[in-house]
Amino acid sequence: MGSFINALPGALSQGLIWGIMAIGLYITYSILDLSDLTVDGSFCTGGAVCAMMLVGGYNVWVCLLVSFLAGMLAGFVTGIFHTKLGIPAILSGILTQLGLWSVNLAIMGMKANQALNVNNYDMLVSLRYLQDVAKGIRPIYQHPLITVGLFTAGIILVLYWFFGTELGSSIRATGANGHMARAQGINTNRNKMLGLMLANGLVALSGALLSQFQGFADINMGRGAIVIGLAAIIIGQVTFGKLFRNFALKLMSISLGAVIYYIVIQAVISFLDINSNYLKLISALIVAIFLAVPNLKLKSQKSGGKEKRNA
Amino acid sequence: MLKIEQISKVFNPGTVNEKVALNQLSLHLQPGDFVTVIGGNGAGKSTMLNCVSGLYSVDQGSILIDGVDVTALPEYKRAKYIGRVFQDPMMGTAATMQIEENLALAARRGKKRTLKVGITKQDREFYKEQLKILDLGLEERMTAKVGLLSGGQRQALTLLMATLQQPKILLLDEHTAALDPKTAAKVLEATQRIVEKNNLTTLMITHNMRDAITYGNRLIMMYNGRIVVDISGEKKKQLTVEQLLNLFSQASGSDEANDKLLLS
Repeated sequence: MGSFINALPGALSQGLIWGIMAIGLYITYSILDLSDLTVDGSFCTGGAVCAMMLVGGYNVWVCLLVSFLAGMLAGFVTGIFHTKLGIPAILSGILTQLGLWSVNLAIMGMKANQALNVNNYDMLVSLRYLQDVAKGIRPIYQHPLITVGLFTAGIILVLYWFFGTELGSSIRATGANGHMARAQGINTNRNKMLGLMLANGLVALSGALLSQFQGFADINMGRGAIVIGLAAIIIGQVTFGKLFRNFALKLMSISLGAVIYYIVIQAVISFLDINSNYLKLISALIVAIFLAVPNLKLKSQKSGGKEKRNA
Repeated sequence: MLKIEQISKVFNPGTVNEKVALNQLSLHLQPGDFVTVIGGNGAGKSTMLNCVSGLYSVDQGSILIDGVDVTALPEYKRAKYIGRVFQDPMMGTAATMQIEENLALAARRGKKRTLKVGITKQDREFYKEQLKILDLGLEERMTAKVGLLSGGQRQALTLLMATLQQPKILLLDEHTAALDPKTAAKVLEATQRIVEKNNLTTLMITHNMRDAITYGNRLIMMYNGRIVVDISGEKKKQLTVEQLLNLFSQASGSDEANDKLLLS
């Protein structure tokens, strides 16, 4: 129990950071109804760009901005594959993701990882800050939970505003009904492109924050990101779906979904004392369970109805 | 207002499934014309409409709307000039969005979509007034998701959306075919009201010959990708269903045609 409690703040912070990625994924997966697998690659791109630029001595905010732009570029490439070249969205994402593997290595100077020593760089978030705040060395507002929480709130507010604008509404219409959108003069291809760019920008931003938090960027850091993102979206919907109808609250539920996911993962690690190499398997199982819950509920309702009718 | 010049469209050319859907078809519409289109299955009615709307590109010929050559324009750019209502009630509206959001999308048809707020207070008042025209009580449910509406309500809403920004041409593709007779009549009535009020140039496909005679000032019948009958003015007003059937038999040169047209 002790180890779980001790690890909890770290898990919560990490969950919040992944939550930003999940919010990005929500734009393509739920709003645009596209399965975008670029994220596994663009998450790492964000981390790699941020790490290399921090090492290069740039201000952390500049690093985050460039990471965001790099992610947008990745989304742009997927968008070109999909809308201009007519490749199915899921395949377009896989192609970009594959290509990004080499690109990400190149960004990190052909190394598989880049360390970020917290003592050398002025970072926004770090696992170390967590301990520092606990010790009283750092002010409370530098606690990763607060920093990332504020960051997430800012992103949610901007997205809430954006998807209420004329342009944002037209992106929602593109995903909701392409026929209708085109009949109303909406350039659905351009909107898909915009959505993919915005989504991957957020994903890369999340990767940039994670590389700071964990103190390194790694070529494998984005592997399975799509699964974590889907988990967060679905956990958020299953848990808070009935409560949160408003768009901003929905986005918040995704962020909370990611946090819940990390608490569950941390609990599994702490209580079951499992080799961390089994994490991916456990992740897959957790996501499968949450994906199945709504369907199983539906089934039991149906069979429940039958029994009543028989009686 | 609409000038269709010698357009042809062939599906699956060069294969066993080759189908000539439109064969050198020409049609000119004057401003304010309300043309009803009838014809059997595969006559090319929907293909013609879809070529005008830009869903399909034509193989030959040209399409002009109010003097603008739109033949090469993609669907979303032509939408500036065209209002559309589809046969499938699900197709014309976004189910997961609110009634007022759908209207806001339609109100900006053909305009640049900026970062301005999607629905202002004045917008809301305007939509409310417009919804009252439909007489379905939707003005009290502006923030309801469109997915909650019935097929007839969704068609009526689509109709309103198609005309919220005055279109140069209104295309109606059997827009009451999927509705029950009572609802269909209501939607047709609303159509008539809106078309008359805005003096809209309209092309309406229908499989109901009585409707084809009752509505509009001109009637065309299609067969094998061509227009075979074209009646307007006083002559059209005096048409009977029987005469129409005879005209169709003559045009297609077959007696079975009666059933075919009636059943389609």
